[in-house]
Amino acid sequence: MSRQDTPLTRFWHEFRENKIAVVALSVVVVLMLLALFASLVSPQNPYDLANLSLMDSRRPPGFVGSGGYIHLLGTDPQGRDLLSAIFYGLRISIQIGLAAGFVSLSIGAALGILAAYKGGRIESLIMRLVDLQLSFPAILLALVIVALLGQGKVQLISALVAAQYAYFARTAYGAAKAEKGKDYIEAAVATPLGSRLVVLRHLVPNCTPPLIVVATVQIANSISLEATLSFLGLGLPVTEPSLGMLISNGFPYMMSGRYWISVYPGIALIILIVAINIVGDQVRDQFNPRLRK
Amino acid sequence: MTETALSVKNLATHFFTRTGVIKAVDDVSFDLAKGEIMGLVGESGSGKTVTGFSLLGLVDEPGRIVNGSIKLKGKELTTLSNAELRHLRGREISMIFQDPIATLNPVLTIGQQMRLALAAHERITARAAADRSADLLTKVGIPSARARMNAYPHEFSGGMRQRVAIAIALLHRPSVIIADEPTTALDVSIQAQILQQMRGLAAETGTALIWISHDLAVVSSLATKLAVMYAGRIVEQGPTAALLRNPQHPYTAGLIGSLPAMTKAGSPLKQIPGTTPSLLSLPSGCPFAPRCQRATEICQRAPEMVTHGDRGWRCFDPVGQVDEVTS
Amino acid sequence: MTDFVSLENISKIFGPTLTTGDRIASKLGARVETRSIHAVSNVSLSIEKGETIGLVGESGCGKSTLGRLIAGILSPSSGRIILDGGPVIRNGAKVTTRVQTVFQDPFASLDPRMKVGETVAEGPITHGLTTKSDARAYAALWFERVGLDPVWLDRYPHQFSGGQRQRIAIARALAMQPDVLVCDEPVASLDVSIQAQIINLFLELTRDLDLTTIFISHDLSVVQHVSDRIAIMYLGQIVELGPVDEVYENPAHPYTAALFGSVPKLVLDDDELVHFDTIEGEVPSPLSPPSGCFYHPRCPLADENCAKARPEMTGISNNRSVMCHNYQQQLTKD
Repeated sequence: MSRQDTPLTRFWHEFRENKIAVVALSVVVVLMLLALFASLVSPQNPYDLANLSLMDSRRPPGFVGSGGYIHLLGTDPQGRDLLSAIFYGLRISIQIGLAAGFVSLSIGAALGILAAYKGGRIESLIMRLVDLQLSFPAILLALVIVALLGQGKVQLISALVAAQYAYFARTAYGAAKAEKGKDYIEAAVATPLGSRLVVLRHLVPNCTPPLIVVATVQIANSISLEATLSFLGLGLPVTEPSLGMLISNGFPYMMSGRYWISVYPGIALIILIVAINIVGDQVRDQFNPRLRK
Repeated sequence: MTETALSVKNLATHFFTRTGVIKAVDDVSFDLAKGEIMGLVGESGSGKTVTGFSLLGLVDEPGRIVNGSIKLKGKELTTLSNAELRHLRGREISMIFQDPIATLNPVLTIGQQMRLALAAHERITARAAADRSADLLTKVGIPSARARMNAYPHEFSGGMRQRVAIAIALLHRPSVIIADEPTTALDVSIQAQILQQMRGLAAETGTALIWISHDLAVVSSLATKLAVMYAGRIVEQGPTAALLRNPQHPYTAGLIGSLPAMTKAGSPLKQIPGTTPSLLSLPSGCPFAPRCQRATEICQRAPEMVTHGDRGWRCFDPVGQVDEVTS
Repeated sequence: MTDFVSLENISKIFGPTLTTGDRIASKLGARVETRSIHAVSNVSLSIEKGETIGLVGESGCGKSTLGRLIAGILSPSSGRIILDGGPVIRNGAKVTTRVQTVFQDPFASLDPRMKVGETVAEGPITHGLTTKSDARAYAALWFERVGLDPVWLDRYPHQFSGGQRQRIAIARALAMQPDVLVCDEPVASLDVSIQAQIINLFLELTRDLDLTTIFISHDLSVVQHVSDRIAIMYLGQIVELGPVDEVYENPAHPYTAALFGSVPKLVLDDDELVHFDTIEGEVPSPLSPPSGCFYHPRCPLADENCAKARPEMTGISNNRSVMCHNYQQQLTKD
């Protein structure tokens, strides 16, 4: 008989063995901490106009600005320290990504599991809607919604949720359908236990593994989608520049050699997304061989 | 003088996993004569399936044959390359699995699969392949074989699928067929039909058969000799009826005794206490000792196979009438 | 005979689930499966309190479906099931906790993400057999009853062996304090040496708790050992019913005889050549059962009447019955 051994500890032990995934996870954690404590680790608060000086604008990396410190990554057209702007931008990107991911997960999973458990007309209705949703390119949908609702954090998150809940719904539906047929659900129903108990205590916990996989990928997608929208000028207002907005700001200067304004936020974005995807891949791989028991 | 189809000596197949070495098969030896049917009996974890796979060279990483010799009609198999083994598999030695769904390709008709199996080892025209296939299918009891050859596996019932698998195994008239629990998943009436058929087929084609099963009754109705496995070792072997009538090893006796047919209805069955040991942490000495009522200090040493004529057992204190065997 | 559990003309039909697309397609002439499966056809059975009735048959005979009907997991398409005077199902939902089930695959029947102690206590807490605070002690009691150490209450199913998991499943069922236990192939997925342990546990518990049991199995020797009466099923019908020894000694239905004849027995005699009484052919598809008596295409005693008229369940003695036109021939057969 093995020692006390929850599914979580088992999962972690297996995860630890893939060194690359562990590195990626550390990168994600570091970036999240940087974002969380952006105000503490940034040399400058880039949104406090009092800190900015146009004299410092468009300076290359290594420039010592009027604040008396080195701008490690240079400055942007408004004179903002790029390193600080990236930290604050990370915070916004991650916030939006997590919020959109969490809400999409909740709505999508609820719809998917409901459709699978109830069956019949409800199942057809919900899943046809989801299929319809999935046939639209996400960015198109997000654009339309932002155009309708206007700009702002809530509107942006709503657009992202509308574009992504379908993936969660489809995954949750598949998982719930597969689990529904299993003996332990039948055993629970046979006790008898009410539908609510069966769904909440038995069905949902066993559908979470594939949902976690989708969640990691979708969070990365949210971040990327938000960056795209911001790059196009349809994301958050200028006062809260996310990484996409920073890239967009620097775009006109690419040709004149002031690459750092776009490139460094771009690199930060890529590192974040790739790291999340690697973690997501590892999580997905770990859940797969488990199926052969 | 019956020639030996298969001779296995001191076969050992170990799996080298992260958590330790699993000695799935440890020091297994037996001989199989041409046309003989041998039963390999054991529960899960006994090593019977891995033995079968080892004979075919189908053991994958992290497992491999670490010791021993397998001689198929005099030819040593353990030193052959993958390509050479592939040449032999299906032709000289083939296997029937428990679930034919796994062995039959769902997107090919039965006829196509049999033709492919034939073409893998010999040059044969489509017409000749069809003839041979239909002939074999009829022999294994599939009605209207020619027509059925154009059907897909899912159009057959479980019993029929298993018969197709048997037919495929017989295509090249191999010297040895290894059948791994082929009737376990089938209804008892279908099992009876197939057992009846196998006996006739083995005699007719001269194919030696190793029937792997956990079911003593099934194996005893088909096999002329039995080998009982426990924790990777053969703990007892010998002619079927004699072995079952007078088992020497406590495990064999326990298995026979625990059958419901051996106890009056409604009374508690004679159970073997405990559970099969984990192959990762086998006790040194006799692996059955923790569950054995008769274990003493000597059992802390691993028993060797004691042979008397055509019977053998690994036990220091056999439970049966030894004199009946030696006389 | 007091009927503790009474099945009255139970039928269960599984119809094809046709989507709108299917319906249109079939109207246009496409081949869409519109036949139903009569998994259980007009079965009546009276079970006495405390008896163990064995339900045997091969695949497609309907024994699992019948078990689920008795357990209240499925609701009958027609007929009713009465347990001690009250219904098991009302309006499609199970309304009693007095019948519980032990399933075949002990790994699949335990929620892999729940601690086994919680699994055992869940039903009793929901139905007021114990409170949340007493739940652990309650589960521990049942664990001991089935031979498990209560210290393992906090483990997960994957940490146990097959035999132990089946004990947990039995504990879960018994923790609901049922009067009736439906066991669907409870030892089929277990190793032979473990089967004996579980069968012994089962015999002990049914005696101590005076349980009425429906024991479903394809393994005739196990059923013979644990049952008082045996019911043989074929294509959704009970074709023979009676005390297990009598039916075994002298079967009245040709199928019963053939079934018992197909079971391999241990060969103890060197010269014995085991002969199987094989049945011709295979079980017909439940989508299109034969006319008249379902067994007639494979039956050695079949005559023209058998192909035309469906036999009724006929009483042979006061506790044996058979569904066969020619049962007298079978009884006098050697």
